Amino acid sequence: MLADKDRIFTNLYGYQRWQLDGAKARGDWQGTKDLLAKGVDWIVDEMKSSGLRGRGGAGFPTGLKWSFMPKESDGRPHYLVVNADEGEPGTCKDREIMRHDPHKLIEGCLVAGFAMRACAAYIYIRGEFIHEADVLDAAIQEAYADGLLGEDACGSGYKFDVYVHRGAGAYICGEETALIESLEGKKGQPRLKPPFPANVGLYGCPTTVNNVESIAVAPTILRRGGAWFAGLGRENNTGTKLFCISGHVNNPCNVEEEMGIPLRELIEKHAGGVRGGWDNLLAIIPGGSSVHMLPKSICDTVLMDFDSLRAEGTGLGTAAVIVMDKSTDIVRAIARLSSFYAHESCGQCTPCREGTGWMSRIMQRLVTGEAEIEEVDLLLDVTKKIEGHTICALGDAAAWPIQGLLRHFRPEVERRILDYKKGRNAA
Amino acid sequence: MNISVRNAESFAFTPENMEWAQGQLAKYPESRRQSGVMPLLTRAQEQNNGWVSVPVMEYIADLLGMAYIRVHEVASFYTMYNLKPVGKHVIEVCTTTPCWLRGSDDVVAACKDELGIGFGDTTDDGEFTLLEVECAGACVNAPVIAYRKEYYEDLDGDSTRNFIKAIKNGDLPVAGPQTTDRHKSAPAGGPTTLKDFCAVQGGQE
Repeated sequence: MLADKDRIFTNLYGYQRWQLDGAKARGDWQGTKDLLAKGVDWIVDEMKSSGLRGRGGAGFPTGLKWSFMPKESDGRPHYLVVNADEGEPGTCKDREIMRHDPHKLIEGCLVAGFAMRACAAYIYIRGEFIHEADVLDAAIQEAYADGLLGEDACGSGYKFDVYVHRGAGAYICGEETALIESLEGKKGQPRLKPPFPANVGLYGCPTTVNNVESIAVAPTILRRGGAWFAGLGRENNTGTKLFCISGHVNNPCNVEEEMGIPLRELIEKHAGGVRGGWDNLLAIIPGGSSVHMLPKSICDTVLMDFDSLRAEGTGLGTAAVIVMDKSTDIVRAIARLSSFYAHESCGQCTPCREGTGWMSRIMQRLVTGEAEIEEVDLLLDVTKKIEGHTICALGDAAAWPIQGLLRHFRPEVERRILDYKKGRNAA
Repeated sequence: MNISVRNAESFAFTPENMEWAQGQLAKYPESRRQSGVMPLLTRAQEQNNGWVSVPVMEYIADLLGMAYIRVHEVASFYTMYNLKPVGKHVIEVCTTTPCWLRGSDDVVAACKDELGIGFGDTTDDGEFTLLEVECAGACVNAPVIAYRKEYYEDLDGDSTRNFIKAIKNGDLPVAGPQTTDRHKSAPAGGPTTLKDFCAVQGGQE
């Protein structure tokens, strides 16, 4: 198990003060000026050597992403945008950072923004997190009052601003270009790429969008060294990670653990085990609602990191572990996710706008079995027609949970159809 | 539907809200005032008894130099803008899979029973509106209700009834987990990590 001395989010549960005095006592804002004095190249290299991969789901190397920003300004300002539109079902880690450790995020905005020559950071927080936005706003005001942000941030001579921007309820704004559109005051509909945000992003200017957790861990990585972070976890899957364990466990919780921890150990050490014991486990969605579920046989041994989960045909995603025991109506669990994606499709691309509705309606009927057996293949075909045929990944995200269900629980789906027919014939 | 909420014929920010709005607009470049449309709509909705009427949209559009249709697009795209009147108390119940696994069906049933209305409805006295929402993002504290600025977590049927009764009695229930043995998103019974950091040191918000 990860030692407390290697944990980054020491106020994860909010037992201590989030305010500046509490944050400084935990080591935030220590020597920030010295970090900046080491220069842009040093910061980016250190982030690269840490091996940090984006914590928002896609797992793209963070240091590399920062290095994509133009080296020379062509007169356009650069922006850092922090994606705090947390809404992937199962995920609730960024909320804890923002309400309990906001200064980690704010200091991260400064060092990351400096490394990409940005003039400002916009933190786009989902509209429902009202309390969290208030805390974040208050923490930013503290940082300005203390000279940590503003004209001469931390006495470095660098001018940097941080702003909070609240959303208003749209899952799609977690997609980076939809988020940028929303920040510009429009409907949150994703843009075609290229051009990529690093060239044409917010207000047509070079922009990098990073997840809250990716930014919030940066100051600690820079202070302790990329090598320290890279020494945790496994190669290409380094460091620590916030895990959210929900569903049928005895004690649902958030916890910071080492990357690559066995799934079973994660659940049994921190969440009090599966309700009714490990053998009562049916399936787990390991990385937020968008990824394929895993049956118990794989959960027995799988490790929680990008590459291990990818090898099982699923993904680490946001590391939101949704546990389902044997009492679960597994078809209904996925049908509810299908209706979530149908609700959240932005309507821009036809395969997603129409397809998420079709999938949801078929899934509703599969819950009771009121379907033809051929419709199972038809449904699978629809998921393949959506996957990869849309501007953004929401279409993929809607397709994958259904593919995961049919891959591991197809006999259950078919049994319901046959039972329904039997019941109807008997009646 | 007999509701007490007045349909505003015209709308203008109060002086306090106008000052607040100018502060918001200062966050964005001078030529990008449109970026303020979402925060301004949110504040206008609060001032307008919880919903965004056509006069509200037109007022914000004029303030920001936007076409009316652009503001209407925004107001109709995001689910937190209510385009019809709502009750004084808006109860938002999350029913997405992580909440459903932990018993949101019981929470929904308790709400419907206590209030006598279904999702999307407002009580005849204009006091309560009940809404179903998609993932609230507090899944390790499921099931969850959002009310005003806070989340009410770890609910079951009984605690949901108590929560609604408290609002009916004019009280504001204490936010966070509605069970006794739990601190925020730490596991029930106490944290398994960071024990040295978990003595309460004024960490209440």
